[in-house]
Amino acid sequence: MGMKQRKTISDIVVNGVLLFLCLVWTLPTFGLLVSSFRYKDEVRRTGWWTAFSTQRESETPRFVLDNYLEVLMGRDFTYTSATGAEVRASGDDLSQAFLNSIAVTVPATVIPILIAAFAAYGFAWMDFPGRKVFFTIVVGLLVVPLQIALIPILRDYTLLQLNGTFLAIWLAHTGFGLPLATYLLYNYISNLPRDILESAFMDGASHFTTFIRLILPLSMPALASFAIFQFLWVWNDLLVALVFLGARPDVAVLTQRLQEMVGSRGQDWHLLTAGAFITMILPLTVFFSLQRYFVRGLLAGSVKG
Amino acid sequence: MPSDKLSGTLSTLLDWTTTSVGRVLISLVVPTITFLVMWQGFLFLRQGNAPQGVTVLIAVLWGVGGVGVIFLVTNWLIEQLPGRWCWRLRPYAFVGPALVILGWYLFMPTLRTFYISFFDARSTAFVGLDNYIFAFTDPKMVEAFRNNLLWLTFGTSFSVILGLFIALLADRSKFEALAKSLIFMPMAISFVGAGVIWRFVYFYRPPGIEQVGLLNALVVALGGDPQAWLTLNPWNNFFLVAILVWMQTGYATVILSAAIKSVPEEILEAGRIDGASEMQLLFHVLLPSIRGTIVTVTTSVLIIILKIFDIVFVMTNGNYGTEVIASQQYKQMFRFSHFGRGAALAILLLLAVIPVMWYNLKQLNEQEAFWL
Repeated sequence: MGMKQRKTISDIVVNGVLLFLCLVWTLPTFGLLVSSFRYKDEVRRTGWWTAFSTQRESETPRFVLDNYLEVLMGRDFTYTSATGAEVRASGDDLSQAFLNSIAVTVPATVIPILIAAFAAYGFAWMDFPGRKVFFTIVVGLLVVPLQIALIPILRDYTLLQLNGTFLAIWLAHTGFGLPLATYLLYNYISNLPRDILESAFMDGASHFTTFIRLILPLSMPALASFAIFQFLWVWNDLLVALVFLGARPDVAVLTQRLQEMVGSRGQDWHLLTAGAFITMILPLTVFFSLQRYFVRGLLAGSVKG
Repeated sequence: MPSDKLSGTLSTLLDWTTTSVGRVLISLVVPTITFLVMWQGFLFLRQGNAPQGVTVLIAVLWGVGGVGVIFLVTNWLIEQLPGRWCWRLRPYAFVGPALVILGWYLFMPTLRTFYISFFDARSTAFVGLDNYIFAFTDPKMVEAFRNNLLWLTFGTSFSVILGLFIALLADRSKFEALAKSLIFMPMAISFVGAGVIWRFVYFYRPPGIEQVGLLNALVVALGGDPQAWLTLNPWNNFFLVAILVWMQTGYATVILSAAIKSVPEEILEAGRIDGASEMQLLFHVLLPSIRGTIVTVTTSVLIIILKIFDIVFVMTNGNYGTEVIASQQYKQMFRFSHFGRGAALAILLLLAVIPVMWYNLKQLNEQEAFWL
């Protein structure tokens, strides 16, 4: 009996501590989500936790979509500044930034995967002079901080007039993501059973067809792992976007716009919370629906520069 | 019959393509057309006159499709070559694009940045070690080094120890999957997004007004005075580090949890039979057997923290004594246009990761399978 009681007590302690930590970890995000749906005057006056209180003095609806409409569509609007003055400001129009983020992220995820998969296959199943040296370089570049590339690449882009174009940022993200992609995919592809490839060659398939028809489909789990990794990385990146997309508002991505909003409306929590949630919605969806692949990739990979 | 005539012409045309002259011509025409189409797409995108939705759609198609077409055409071209050459060149069609891009974006920039770091702001005059002397003596830089050290120490140890603690707790709980998901979730959020979340938590209003920020509301509820956490030097650094711990603990949890599960149950059971307490098991059996994973996780978090930029940039912009090396690096480059100093700071970041690079290469060298 004593054993059993002790087990129950330890269960309660373990789950209690875990629950407390989960609350601490989730509350900040939950507060952001709640605030983004609250009426703007209430966000300004009261804490988000009061939104659920049963005694409310105010007549306004508890939750509204206004904040989202304003940050997504808003072009011009007026608001009251901290000093009480009416200020006219240009809207945030995050819907355009959302599209830009997609235009940056999708190719910046697919291009490195395709290039890395070809390279990983070449390193794993082909023999050529320089193979060892080149692969050693790939592994060496795994942890190189991307800061090292900013100044030289910016100069090249100025020369090629590429600054502020989507191509510029795709190629940059491809370059910075390639070492990890090649390394992860090499580990996977080089461990595929040799007989599968040999029987394909026996049937007269070329390397190219073997790669497209056989290796790519077989490598789907590894490709998916890296795709999620790279997607989250590119979508959430601020530094590379700041440097290579620069100050052109028509191509600015979500992280850039949100960071600008922090500067221009540091006190307007109803807009900041809605804006932040818009930047988070897609990565969170990807994360929760494909978490299994993401974890697998993390376990297989090491560190990104 | 005209159709006979047509098929006749067609077959002569097809015959002609197999002659060597025809093959050479086609080998020139196909890549040229590919290049022209890609170039037109690029010009269209660079102009950016079309409505946004159209531009985005074309950008995605052009970018993704373009790479596929380049591989297809290259492979096709190589297959036109005589057997021996085809066999010799084909590996480079596979690894070539990756090598070119790596060379352009990481390998050469390392050398070029090293070179630039010995020149002045506009890279015109050689200044020797001036930029490095600046990096170690300028008051802002000294502050940045101090803060980076603080980040590395506290950020890494808190993330890894908390991650280990949560992994051990979760291992004993029925709600393991849910708990790990929730702790892991911040990893999907950008540093900027996390910055907004935590600015809201740390938000300060003067005493007497209702506190809207969670932390100050708690402090007031407990009878304290509200604080402007982000300007409270030197403690504000710890409030920034907390954001990183919030984001990275989930990573440590997930990796360490997988390692804990891979420790064979028999070893732990044998220890229990020998009368070892759970604490003894933890420190003498479990932790030693996952030491390798702890080192990997610690290294990963260290590298992330070393380059920490976004959190500082969004939360304080390096003001109130919160500057770090990467935020200074960005400022030197883009605010002060001092490329020499920016380059020197990037080189210092690189030097800091050299031990990890060396370790990775040593590991690779020991993987015999690769060298066979």
